[in-house]
Amino acid sequence: MAQNRLRRLFLLATLALVVAGCSVIGIPDSPLNSLDPQGPFSRRIDALFWPVFWVATAIFVLVEGAVVIAAIVFRDRPGRPEPRQIHGNNKLEILWTVIPALILASVAVPTVRGVIELTSCGVDAYPVEIIGHQWWFEYRYPEEGIDTATVLVIPAGREVCATMTSEDVLHNYWIPQLNGKRYLVPGQETLLRLQADEPGEYRGQCAEFCGLSHSLMRAEVRAVTEEEFTAWIAAQKEPAAEPAAGTPEAAGRDVFLNRCTQCHTIDPVNVVVEEAFNGPNLTHFMDRGWIAGGYLPYSRENLARWLSNPPDTKPGSYMPDLALTQVEIDALTAYLETLR
Amino acid sequence: MTTTTARTTTIFRRPRSETGFWSWITTVDHKKIGIMYGYTAFIFFVIGGVEALLLRIHLASAESTFLTAADYNGLFTTHAVTMIFLVVMPMSAAFMNYLLPLMIGARDVAFPRLNALSYWVFLFGGIFLYSGLIFSSVVPPLGVTPGVTGNLDPSDARSFFGLPDGGWFMYQPNAGPAFSPGRALDFAVLGLQILGIASLLSSVNFIVTFFNLRAKGMRLLRVPVFIWMTLVVAFLLLFSLPIIAIALFMVIFDRQFGTLFFDATAGGDPILWQHLFWLFGHPEVYILILPAMGIVSEIIPVFSRKPLFGYAAVVFAGAGIAFLGFGVWAHHMFASGISTVAQVGFGLTTVAIAIPTGVKIFNWMATLWLGRIRLATPMLFALGFLTMFTIGGLSGVTHAVVPSDWQQHDTYYIVAHFHYVLFGGSILGIFGGLYYWFPKFSGRMLDERLGKIHFWLWMLGFNMTFAPMHWLGLQGMIRRTWRYDPSLEFWNRIVSVGAFIIALGLLVFMWNFYRSKRRGPLAGMDPWDARTLEWSIPNPTPVFNFAEVPVVHGLDEFWHQKYGEDKDGRPVRKDDADSTLTRLQEIGTNPPNPVHLPSPSYFPILMAAGLPLIAYGIIFHLSLFGKALIVVGALLSLAALIGWGSEPLEEAHMEPAHA
Repeated sequence: MAQNRLRRLFLLATLALVVAGCSVIGIPDSPLNSLDPQGPFSRRIDALFWPVFWVATAIFVLVEGAVVIAAIVFRDRPGRPEPRQIHGNNKLEILWTVIPALILASVAVPTVRGVIELTSCGVDAYPVEIIGHQWWFEYRYPEEGIDTATVLVIPAGREVCATMTSEDVLHNYWIPQLNGKRYLVPGQETLLRLQADEPGEYRGQCAEFCGLSHSLMRAEVRAVTEEEFTAWIAAQKEPAAEPAAGTPEAAGRDVFLNRCTQCHTIDPVNVVVEEAFNGPNLTHFMDRGWIAGGYLPYSRENLARWLSNPPDTKPGSYMPDLALTQVEIDALTAYLETLR
Repeated sequence: MTTTTARTTTIFRRPRSETGFWSWITTVDHKKIGIMYGYTAFIFFVIGGVEALLLRIHLASAESTFLTAADYNGLFTTHAVTMIFLVVMPMSAAFMNYLLPLMIGARDVAFPRLNALSYWVFLFGGIFLYSGLIFSSVVPPLGVTPGVTGNLDPSDARSFFGLPDGGWFMYQPNAGPAFSPGRALDFAVLGLQILGIASLLSSVNFIVTFFNLRAKGMRLLRVPVFIWMTLVVAFLLLFSLPIIAIALFMVIFDRQFGTLFFDATAGGDPILWQHLFWLFGHPEVYILILPAMGIVSEIIPVFSRKPLFGYAAVVFAGAGIAFLGFGVWAHHMFASGISTVAQVGFGLTTVAIAIPTGVKIFNWMATLWLGRIRLATPMLFALGFLTMFTIGGLSGVTHAVVPSDWQQHDTYYIVAHFHYVLFGGSILGIFGGLYYWFPKFSGRMLDERLGKIHFWLWMLGFNMTFAPMHWLGLQGMIRRTWRYDPSLEFWNRIVSVGAFIIALGLLVFMWNFYRSKRRGPLAGMDPWDARTLEWSIPNPTPVFNFAEVPVVHGLDEFWHQKYGEDKDGRPVRKDDADSTLTRLQEIGTNPPNPVHLPSPSYFPILMAAGLPLIAYGIIFHLSLFGKALIVVGALLSLAALIGWGSEPLEEAHMEPAHA
């Protein structure tokens, strides 16, 4: 018996040491940390979470404590008399029905208020549209006629109201530091409010299982100052620069014209028909800083890796292996780098 | 062994063997059926566990290439389908089958052959589901359906192992024909349909048994809690399975015949699937947990030497959970874009369901309080259930707060939550039951020392595996993710190590089981000094259960046969307790009167065998072979049904089996 208890103590101590050790090491927070709110909506959720968390923790300590105490204090030992056969107690039953009901009611009230506040956009919110594709997010700015992908640029300190839908399967837009998540449903429109306090980059992820490359379907919200936002809008409306004849960039544009135009638009080089299969609009490709649906940060190596065999990087990718030669990849890279 | 020659009452000679292979194939004995459920579910438990270990090896690093995306998606789908439909449900069914008649003082369930049919349908459904591993690559993938844009290259999409990869929840349209043309998913859908039939048959059987076969004097509020929970689960199955059956038929029609119920481009609605799925799926959660709650409600009083505190409250709380369980389904859909009113409404019902759950937990604690607690292995597992399930319940409350759920939904926080409920709850409860009732079917005791090693390995491994997942989820690690952010790697490694400690604990259990079944100490009739009727007959249980059908005078009937109470209300062993036990042992071994039992039959297994044939036929329905299979399967089931109908339940002249 004593040996048994020692063993248990030893186990508990090991576990405590491991936990303590890890918190000392100080693992960095994930960029998707939902406990690090950076805008009013995520802060609203955070403020709902913590009180409930602490109430739950208190109940946890009480219940587990009572079980452990009971197992120690009332443990069968030689000479312990038989217990009285207590069948129940109606007062206690009422007590532990009513008290939890009251605690839960006090949780329910702010919940209801939170839901009502967070499910409809403010009247002055800046409108954007988010469209899900396997496996990347498309963004449209209906007031400006802008069509871009992966990185959503928003003005910091202003509410953005995203109207969302999907072209294919269910997706789920989630920028943990700015708000909770919401599905993108084919044939329906859903709403998501986004707002960042400060300029910055906020990572996101498709949270609803959407097929082979679900885990690689990532997103980013880049919040900028109002001036930067105005400038960005103006820049986005500019067509792509025309490369001078005979340059590597012009060769790259020819590769693009030959191989990529069935899916990708570069204004004014070509426009993909709406009904056809759509890839991300590449007119301002270099503005994003991310490729492959936000999975890889932009670098020449990553771009070469992506172009040489997309499904190898993103399983199931609709962008097929086009068997591009190194020369074609270099030319394309040179051209794409002009698309700022 | 009887020697009378069998009268041919039907197309077959009546099966006669009482031991060996054919006795199991033709049995209608609820105990044998329960044991077969148990072993089958255990095999699937090992399979589902290996699937989990493969997933955890993969997830030990952020950019792992151990599994391809298709195989990863396939494994998390089959892990879930296996653990829910082929492990926890049939494990619970094993206990219900074995114990329902014993705990109400009956000789069998109401419809013994129907019971055998349930088992065979379940077994064939499980085998059919897993046969997709072999056969799904034989069938060409579904063609592209008009009106949809999906154009996946099926060779990319198909998992190497031939696993269905749409997730157990099969959200549409991703699991529809356009985006999952691979045929493995059809095996899963049709397999679940077959498994549903098995559960539906059991539920009817258990309900009728409960209401009609209770021993004399066993009024409703004298029925053991485990049996109450069996009834509640049977009603949950009865009302929820038709919903999933319809939903699965819609998926089958979408996939095979182009109905496009869930395809928005054809006027269908992907959210409709979610409503139908969770209208079944949430009651299913209680189908998985209530049997374990019943089991611990039996174990805790025995090892505290006190009656269950607030028996009626525990029973009504169970029924209340089941009732409310039908009204909370859309809390799985808070992020789906359902209306504000729906989110508020389902948020409130979800909060409310915590109340009866709390009542149960408090009553179990009050049972422990002031008791005389023996920490034998079954009790350790019951206490493990109590502590771990409480964590799962409390984390559940944190996502009843709808906006919090918008953050937690589809993350590892949810994975942590439901594993605390389904492993920390259901599986710990079930294993507590295994340790507790092992003597009932084997006549021997499991080794206590190995049992305790098993328990502590599981508590360590379980918490190492699932506690860090709360943190990972709050840190933004999404579910069903083949890759994740490298900053999450450390805790994922801890989780993966924990998973292997769980596996080690299971190996200890398997060794214990193997050894104890052969060489464990003999249990005698009442090894735990228990309270309920199943312990008032010898171990292992005689084939006829009760030589004399007991008359019940109160709750915990068997306890009161052994114990009276002094003026303080403390139990005092009756003077004649020992002679009562000896007499019970004696008549259980040599029954004074002949006992008539239902005779074995070939027809349940034959009838069940028709169902997978029909299912294979549906998958191959474009070929003549497939169409022929449908006809053959249907004819086989129909013929077996006719044979069944023309065969009497009991051979009139059959001698008692023990004679």
